[in-house]
Amino acid sequence: MTSSDIPEGSQALDSHTVVGQTLASSAATRPPLVTQLHDWVTTVDHKRVGLLYLMMSLMFMVFGGIEALIIRVQLWTANNTLVEAETFNQLFTMHGTTMIFFVVMPMIAGFANFLVPLMIGARDVAFPRLNALGFWLSLMGGCTLYLSYFTGKGLLGGGSAPDVGWFAYAPLTSPAYSVGSSTDYWIVGTAISGIGTIAFAVNTIATIVTMRAPGMLISKVPLFVWMMLITSFMILLAFPPLTAAQVMLLMDRHMGAHFFDTQAGGSALLWQHLFWFFGHPEVYILALPAFGIISEIVPVFSRKVIFGYASVAMSSAAIGVIGSSVWAHHMFTVGMSDSLDAFFSATSFLIAVPTGIKVLNWTATLYGGQLRLRTPMLFALGFLGMFLMGGLTGIMLAAVPVDWQISDSYFLVGHFHYVLFGGSLFALMGGVYYWFPKATGRMLDDRLGKLNFWLQFIGFNLLFGPMHISGILGMPRRVYTYQPGQGWEIWNQISTVGGFIMGLAFLTLFWNLAKSLRSGKPAGDDPWDAWTLEWMTSSPPAAYNFEEIPTVRSRRPLWDLKHPEDPDWKHE
Amino acid sequence: MIPRIHVIGLTLRFPSLGVTVRCAVAIAVIMVWSSLSLAQSPEFSQGNDAPDMFNPAGPNAESIQEIFWVVIGICAVILGLVGTTLIWFIAKYRERPGDNSEPPQIYGSRAIELAWTLAPLLTVTLLAVLVIATVIKLRADPPSTAAHRVRVVGHQWWWELNYPDHGFTTANELVIPVSEPDLAKPIYLQLESADVCHSFWVPRLAGKTDCIPGRTNSMWIQAGEPATYFGRCAEYCGTQHAKMLIRVDCVSQADFDKWVENQKADAVSDDSVAAGRDRFMEMACMNCHAIRGTRAAGEFGPDLTHLMSRKTICSGLALNDRENLTRWISKPDDLKKGCRMPDMRLTEPDVKLIVDYLLSLK
Repeated sequence: MTSSDIPEGSQALDSHTVVGQTLASSAATRPPLVTQLHDWVTTVDHKRVGLLYLMMSLMFMVFGGIEALIIRVQLWTANNTLVEAETFNQLFTMHGTTMIFFVVMPMIAGFANFLVPLMIGARDVAFPRLNALGFWLSLMGGCTLYLSYFTGKGLLGGGSAPDVGWFAYAPLTSPAYSVGSSTDYWIVGTAISGIGTIAFAVNTIATIVTMRAPGMLISKVPLFVWMMLITSFMILLAFPPLTAAQVMLLMDRHMGAHFFDTQAGGSALLWQHLFWFFGHPEVYILALPAFGIISEIVPVFSRKVIFGYASVAMSSAAIGVIGSSVWAHHMFTVGMSDSLDAFFSATSFLIAVPTGIKVLNWTATLYGGQLRLRTPMLFALGFLGMFLMGGLTGIMLAAVPVDWQISDSYFLVGHFHYVLFGGSLFALMGGVYYWFPKATGRMLDDRLGKLNFWLQFIGFNLLFGPMHISGILGMPRRVYTYQPGQGWEIWNQISTVGGFIMGLAFLTLFWNLAKSLRSGKPAGDDPWDAWTLEWMTSSPPAAYNFEEIPTVRSRRPLWDLKHPEDPDWKHE
Repeated sequence: MIPRIHVIGLTLRFPSLGVTVRCAVAIAVIMVWSSLSLAQSPEFSQGNDAPDMFNPAGPNAESIQEIFWVVIGICAVILGLVGTTLIWFIAKYRERPGDNSEPPQIYGSRAIELAWTLAPLLTVTLLAVLVIATVIKLRADPPSTAAHRVRVVGHQWWWELNYPDHGFTTANELVIPVSEPDLAKPIYLQLESADVCHSFWVPRLAGKTDCIPGRTNSMWIQAGEPATYFGRCAEYCGTQHAKMLIRVDCVSQADFDKWVENQKADAVSDDSVAAGRDRFMEMACMNCHAIRGTRAAGEFGPDLTHLMSRKTICSGLALNDRENLTRWISKPDDLKKGCRMPDMRLTEPDVKLIVDYLLSLK
């Protein structure tokens, strides 16, 4: 390939200006509401499917958030009686399942759907209809889970949500201990959405492997795309065992099988192994796309190229490999042999290395930059701090004897919220602020965004910081109440206050989304002066994404266009 | 006019007031968080009942505390280094108003990246060796001839405690002899479950080990001073997981021997409460509860042979007195909603007779 293959900057600008005008004029003659809704339901356009995923995620975030707030109010004081034991157990089961399967997963799928084809210069994904199927399966899975609130005890009984925990440890899920059908709703709901996720992963891999723009070698794709590629492979590795385990559990519950039935020689540990074989890679499935978003936002808002593209990409691949062999660190207390404990402790420590490399690469990207502290960047920096803490408490948990004390305590609850919320969700929200202009053509309000960030940052630390202390004081997780006199009240009260501050943060987000959607500042094609292909087309992009498929020579094609005197490909 | 400060060749700009305040709040939150988790503040031991793992009472929990401090120390250093760099970079490289020039592009540095790959690798290798050594040490049998064995069986939602060396069973209150400086008296726990997964956790004595149906786990505890140590089930086990408490009563050897003698004996047969005993045997009570020396031999609920030697009922939930026993028997759901003991709908006189009988089981 020669340099003459690169489209001239002026040409590219012309082409997307035309696209923008077409869209603007068509907005005047908008089709009737029912037709618009029908278009959304029947769509196979990757951008619309992506936005559907994101809307689904926000909807379930409201449910999961309300559940969390009730949990926090119940734990305000010792022997509180706001809710009963059964209700509380249902709340934390639904909260965990919702947030993992129906908030963060679809948000990731949404970003991937919307961005991957745009970033690699493709007109759509490889399998558009499979893609739509994946979304509808995920949504139906979530709806199935929540149907339990209406029919969990059978059509003639009342509702009862599942109360077995998001990890559904056997044999608590066996018919003897889990009466009624609410556990079946959990199994079927998460299994359906899991199949949708597998479809999503297959599609993403095929898209990235086969549909990159001319010149975009796999070593030149944006880091977000890299992360999605690794994530998708991890999904293919992790989800089928979960689905298989869920089918086995259904057979136990309804066909008299004994896989996990300890009374009949089944194994309770088998479920734990199968579940965590999914469950731990799942943590990285939720974290890697966040790393991808950070690797896009931090350079653009530092006005610098990412420090060490190759090591960010390769350390993520390492996380993919090592992350698939650490699952039993969730099981240090089940009485494994010394050698197994040693192995899983060592792999868990080892994963700190590639994770640390990335944190340092991002930090180094800041060095010498011109940091534009807009909302997306604030969330990205918040991510760096929170994820650092979550990673360090993770090192503590990988130390087996320490884990014997703090696993299943509130310390652990604090730890994984620092990783999944302070990590993944902070990054994803940064992503919302970063790509909202691309998706809608309007900017999110930066002042509200900053308010959103600071409320969330302060609320988050007040909420999850004190949990480390109540855990060290011996407070176990998943308890609907506790006895007074153990010094736990004050820490729980700080947490609850933090929870409500965070509730305010999310109200701010929703207000900002609603307000900016109607009257936000027009964004233009490239409001952040960014460098990846999605900013080359109009905002929102036309159905066909690019009028002309761009040809790429470097990792930052728009940098090359904007700086013809010093293009990236000279340095790569 | 933005104030500037020159430090060893670096020009530090002070950000605007608003940003300074916000950064200060952020740093304060981070500092408070880390210092609170790191420091052994007095709150950690507030209330005598706090099952505080940083206030260990035996060698097992002490070893864990030692390695916990090592790990916390290493993590604090990393947090300090990376966190400071992060905050420093954010403060230093903030956008200069009006300056739209692109900063110099730095694509990476093989030497630096190699350094920050190898340094963490060395650190975690060191940690892993330390950790694995501690695991082996804690799993190994402590050299002592004075060991006792107790079989701990988790039930929904109480603990069955069986002393196989002495041939009796009790519940929820694990009585152990105190270790003397020159004679360790470790207690070997054989952990099992009768139904779902539970986890035995008394933070001041040791870490937790799960009780898994179909499996036998083991651990050991040892306490250096006579006291009551509080713990609980740490693995979610259903409705009343929160109220599955355990107490470890550490007593002097003499008291322990006396206690064992009493436990070994059959139940007191006091004819003044014969009516209550008859009621107990006629009703369904004996299907689930055992009272040695009588026909009652149920195994589903706690052994009641020496019920009154225990301080609490309902796995540590309520004091073991007439009032609570009456409440518990007449309406179990009042104390522990969803518990496995059914409401037998006994008449008030029947309840009183049965409680009279139970109160005689010293």
